Amino acid sequence: MMRKSLRDIPGKRKKGDGIDSGSTLRRISPLLTVACLLLLWQWISARELISPILVPPPSAVFQAFIDALADGTLLKHAAVTLEEMFYGLLLGVGIGLVIGYAIAKAPLLENILSPIIVAFQSTPIVAYAPLLVIWFGSGIASKIVTTAVIVFFPTLVNTIVGIRGVSPNLRDMMRSLKAGRWQTFRHLEAPSALPVILAGLKTSTTLAVIGAVVGEFVSQGSGLGYLVTLARNLYDTPLVVVAVLTMTAISLTLYGLVAYVEWRFLAWQRRPRP
Amino acid sequence: MRLSLRELSVSFPDPEGGAAPALGPISFDVADDQFVCVVGPSGCGKSTLIRVLGGLLPATSGEARCDDELISRPPSQFAIMFQDANLMPWRTVLDNIALPLEIAGVPRAQRYEMVRSLLPQLRLEDFEQLYPAELSGGMAQRAALGRVIVQQPRVLLLDEPFGALDALTREKLSLELLRLRQRYMQTIIMVTHDIGEAVLLADRVLVISRRPGRLVEDIAIALPRPRKPEMKYHRDFIQLSKRVREGIEDINA
Ligand SMILES: Nc1ncnc2c1ncn2[C@@H]1O[C@H](COP(=O)(O)OP(=O)(O)OP(=O)(O)O)[C@@H](O)[C@H]1O
Ligand SMILES: [Mg+2]
Repeated sequence: MMRKSLRDIPGKRKKGDGIDSGSTLRRISPLLTVACLLLLWQWISARELISPILVPPPSAVFQAFIDALADGTLLKHAAVTLEEMFYGLLLGVGIGLVIGYAIAKAPLLENILSPIIVAFQSTPIVAYAPLLVIWFGSGIASKIVTTAVIVFFPTLVNTIVGIRGVSPNLRDMMRSLKAGRWQTFRHLEAPSALPVILAGLKTSTTLAVIGAVVGEFVSQGSGLGYLVTLARNLYDTPLVVVAVLTMTAISLTLYGLVAYVEWRFLAWQRRPRP
Repeated sequence: MRLSLRELSVSFPDPEGGAAPALGPISFDVADDQFVCVVGPSGCGKSTLIRVLGGLLPATSGEARCDDELISRPPSQFAIMFQDANLMPWRTVLDNIALPLEIAGVPRAQRYEMVRSLLPQLRLEDFEQLYPAELSGGMAQRAALGRVIVQQPRVLLLDEPFGALDALTREKLSLELLRLRQRYMQTIIMVTHDIGEAVLLADRVLVISRRPGRLVEDIAIALPRPRKPEMKYHRDFIQLSKRVREGIEDINA
């Protein structure tokens, strides 16, 4: 099996990948970029080119990380954010899949629903998040809703594209085999649309962090977004950085998880012609 | 099963909002267990004919019947092989061929057993775990043929089933088709571009005119069965091939 990397993502592969002599360099180059940035950061703070209040040195950030880990603040807030994201994704992706499928099958529905969907999509969530807090309270519910709203759209669009992209010839074949609705869904529509839907899910996971954190910014209480606000008010820049990097880590992990699912279940896409 | 077509015609909507005739009107009958080959120029409506008979496309006017029953949706005991292999890219060869059985509710072990017993005749036994993207055009067509045969249909609609095969494989596979037919007794309608193949396999060859396709020749092939490749050199065979050929040439004249 080939090593897992961004280049293994379906659709991104080009002919000749892997035999390419520069492939080792290409594989480690992202790591080199990260290393260079860290060095630059260390260098800037060591020479105090920028005030440590603005850009704390890596060592201070690391210390803040250890402290926040030790006294449980980081895990507590991360757990809250993760919970909001989890339910938000469940809700947003769930509704997106169902409505997307319905729209793909009944174009009339698209005309009926499009004003609502377009309005939702073209209004910045940050602007109406306070409204959601008024409606759903300052507890976890409003954050779940902001997350759900933000992940809903990519799921919806990709579901529609995926289901409409099902080969008409294969549909005919299923019809000639007298497959029922459920069988057509299970054996044809779902596997055929899965690659597109998973691509949408990858976008959704990164958006989910944004949704949850926006919700936390608006209504205080707990979560990584709240931790950022809290640390900023205390001029604890290292803790701000720790909180932000934790969001990055969550986002990347989820993305990687979906990419793994893709890699695992869409093995057929990697098969080359003989 | 008997088929009968009465003044059947199909039109597709054209860009100007009118109707562009693609097939017919055409009328013919196919007797029980008859093997009919359909030849005609490209774009004359052969695939359209197959789709109407398969209940996938409604006739614009006229009708098609099977044992006096109007064909308005895919009839049971019919199986279609489409012009392109039409395999599911996410299924292996084995699972692609087993699909009709899976849809019919045959348990996994049983359907694999049925498919595996078929693979050697299709010469796919070493490739059952490959995905369609890994197959050559001919292998994909053989898999598609397998998917039709496992259904054990009474009526087979084949749209250029051997198009992507080399001459020898083509002949072997078509004779295999004849052998299978002796076992199950089937009515077969097969579209082909190969005159020799049509005469070797069929009881009857229909020649269709240019779009919109109409019946221009109906040639009975009274060669003895079982058919053998050597018959191709027989005088009667050559005579019949010539008639089919002249029928096609008349269209182009
Ligand atoms: N879905 C469709 N919409 C509009 N026109 C169509 C459609 N399907 C087929 N046609 C037209 O109908 C005519 C007959 O098509 P058909 O596919 O039946 O031809 P054919 O005889 O099978 O050709 P070939 O030998 O090249 O496969 C063609 O001219 C084609 O352009
Ligand atoms: Mg055709």
